[in-house]
Amino acid sequence: MNGKAGIFKKDREPKGMRDEVDVDPKLSASDAEALMNRVMKRQASLSLRIAAVFITILILLPLFNLFAPEIAAKSISGFPLTWLLLGVLFYPLTWILSGYFVKQSDRIEADITREETK
Amino acid sequence: MSSIPIPLFFVIAMILATVVIGVIATRRSHTAADFYVAARSVGVAMNASAISGEYLSAASFMGIAGLVMKNGYDSLWYPAGYAAGYLLLLLFIAGPLRRFGAYTIPDFAQGRFDSPAFRKIAVIFVLCIGFFYTMPQMKGAGLTMGTILGWPYWVGILVVGSVITFNVSIGGMKGITIVQAFQYWAKVFAISLPLFVLMSVYGGYNTGLGAIATDSKGFARIDSMETATINGAEKAPLNTISMSAAETTVLDLEAGHSYRISKISPARKPEEGEDPIPASKMVRPLRGGDSTDDLRSLIVSNKPFDIATGVMLVCDPVEVTKGGQPVLKDGKPVKTAAKIEFEKGGPVSFTAARARKSTGRNFVATENDSIVPNSPSNGKWLNPFGPMASKWGYPLLYTYSLIIALVCGTAGLPHILVRFYTNPDGRAAKRTTLWVMVMLGAFYVFTPIWGLLGRLKMPQLYVNGGFDSAVIKLPTLLENKLLGEILSGVTSAGAFAAFMSTFSGLLVSMSGAFAHDIYGRILRPNASPKARLVAFKVAAIGVGIVSMLLGLLVETFDIATMVGWAFAIGAASYFPLLLLGSWWKGLTKYGAAAGMLIGGFLSLAAIVLNMLLDKKVVTMDLPPLVRALMEQPAIWAVPLSIIIMVVVSKATASKIPHDITLKMLRLHAPEEMGISTNYIES
Repeated sequence: MNGKAGIFKKDREPKGMRDEVDVDPKLSASDAEALMNRVMKRQASLSLRIAAVFITILILLPLFNLFAPEIAAKSISGFPLTWLLLGVLFYPLTWILSGYFVKQSDRIEADITREETK
Repeated sequence: MSSIPIPLFFVIAMILATVVIGVIATRRSHTAADFYVAARSVGVAMNASAISGEYLSAASFMGIAGLVMKNGYDSLWYPAGYAAGYLLLLLFIAGPLRRFGAYTIPDFAQGRFDSPAFRKIAVIFVLCIGFFYTMPQMKGAGLTMGTILGWPYWVGILVVGSVITFNVSIGGMKGITIVQAFQYWAKVFAISLPLFVLMSVYGGYNTGLGAIATDSKGFARIDSMETATINGAEKAPLNTISMSAAETTVLDLEAGHSYRISKISPARKPEEGEDPIPASKMVRPLRGGDSTDDLRSLIVSNKPFDIATGVMLVCDPVEVTKGGQPVLKDGKPVKTAAKIEFEKGGPVSFTAARARKSTGRNFVATENDSIVPNSPSNGKWLNPFGPMASKWGYPLLYTYSLIIALVCGTAGLPHILVRFYTNPDGRAAKRTTLWVMVMLGAFYVFTPIWGLLGRLKMPQLYVNGGFDSAVIKLPTLLENKLLGEILSGVTSAGAFAAFMSTFSGLLVSMSGAFAHDIYGRILRPNASPKARLVAFKVAAIGVGIVSMLLGLLVETFDIATMVGWAFAIGAASYFPLLLLGSWWKGLTKYGAAAGMLIGGFLSLAAIVLNMLLDKKVVTMDLPPLVRALMEQPAIWAVPLSIIIMVVVSKATASKIPHDITLKMLRLHAPEEMGISTNYIES
């Protein structure tokens, strides 16, 4: 809000529960829908890309254990490889994925705000 | 050793710190918003600590160590999944949920679908998942108090449950945000510091794993001087010991105790057509070095019998035969040994022995420590698809189903989700989630090391299934008894922080469901804020009492496994609701309700039936595939729930809320656009 020309009127309802969102009557239904589709598409594409990487890893690790047990059991300074992967390296991996997401998501949201509230 | 155990001081200090911080923090906690969502004003660092503090339950602190000790590699999926679930939560749910701005998940359910009826369905699952989650916390409390003080199981539950219930009913959410943040740091400290001391004495993570890897045909072994206590029938199914088929083990039942053996059967389940193995072939009784014919005839009869005076039972490996011919696997004869079920247990010790086949009546003790009963071999423990995943013969299916339950279930835990509303905005909610993952990873990476040390240094826990106490007991092995007691005090206090913080969070979300959703919205929509606060306090006490009662029922179940079941129910109910509810505008209330109810209740039913079968309350002959799918239902329940949601929504497309476009915008548009307003203004 903060002086920006929002398309939705500010909430002036009394305190309490609100089941519906107030909309600026100037915004037509088709405009709102187009806006919704643009916003959601950009947010979703980032989430889906990262989820795809993560889910692939979750699917592949058990298959790796099943079909390449010798490699999975290879010793890396005492650790069996697959133990090292799941018991130790798995955590930093999730940090990298989520850190990347938060960074990209901030950028996308700034873009959306700039472009849609011009 | 002093008469008052040192760990008790640490536990009391932890309880006092919790109560004092709670009381100080609640001086300013007066309004309903303070109670439910800490006035939506909690900063990222504080909130991330608090979410992590609430999330790290008895399952994380005690349960994972126990499960890793028991099952090895496969159990690593538990901590990995507990942490990784937050990634899905971050990618798809954290931001939208906060932007929608309701107090509870039932608020979201009602607001998203304009359906007060939906609130009731959502509330049912808050309670179902909540109670499932409190049971293992209560077990942790009872077990910890029993281990450090020798209190009966129920006393620990009563004391701990009452303290937490009191704390929550006076402070609500505002108090516990700070308490839980404090408890996160207490837990990280308590899980890591004693471990560094233990590893400096007994060798590091890689050394221990390396030792097991180089002896993959070996076993966990127990010293013959070591005494273990076998459980009686009151702790079924943890009252059986399966002897090793690799060598003869002598089971020494001590004089001065009385035992009752109810059943002796082969440890390996016989396959179709194999010859039955008589009990007398697997177990030979000896007293004072001589055979005891009276006991021998009792064993031959294979009916329950008492042992009143000390006796040794020589348990020999026996070759499995089929029509008199040995059964071979990879060219070697398949062997099995006795599985002995005790109705009345007591202290026992084990001696490794070479059977003297010539007389068939005696044995020669060897220098070796003996293989501890009930333990998987080193190879099976260290490698994937070991005893847990292979239990029902479908290891890959079991593993995937477990992964789905844990990863999707995190996003379906009501007491965790409610925390996201305490962020100032959607962006902060995402940033908080990132920090939660870092904090959780920093904790979870330590937990399997406890399991490893348990296997190497405390094999007697295999005898009676006391794995969950490994974290409390391991430090007491140290040569320096005082240091051992202090470190055991540190882990006991950590365990306390674990079940206190999680139980507090569950109490808030379940009491909130009663006071806010059932009382405030369904029963008395016009109740004054003051009346609602009273309702919250009354509900907290009621929920606390029911949780304690439920906790009494679950002493024999693994803590981490029970929590896994709560995840499975959340994965099949809330996860699809939140995922589709946030991202698919076509979802209708009928679709969402049908999917949630069918998916959630079918997994609940499968899990409860599986528990009853485990406890032998119900006996039913089900194919192993069905048992595997009942024990880990997520692989069918989550897709089922999603499919039902989609199909029913398509069929009821006319019921899509007319302002769905704006609802979706409110979920996804950045706050700066001025679309996201809180569903409930405070």
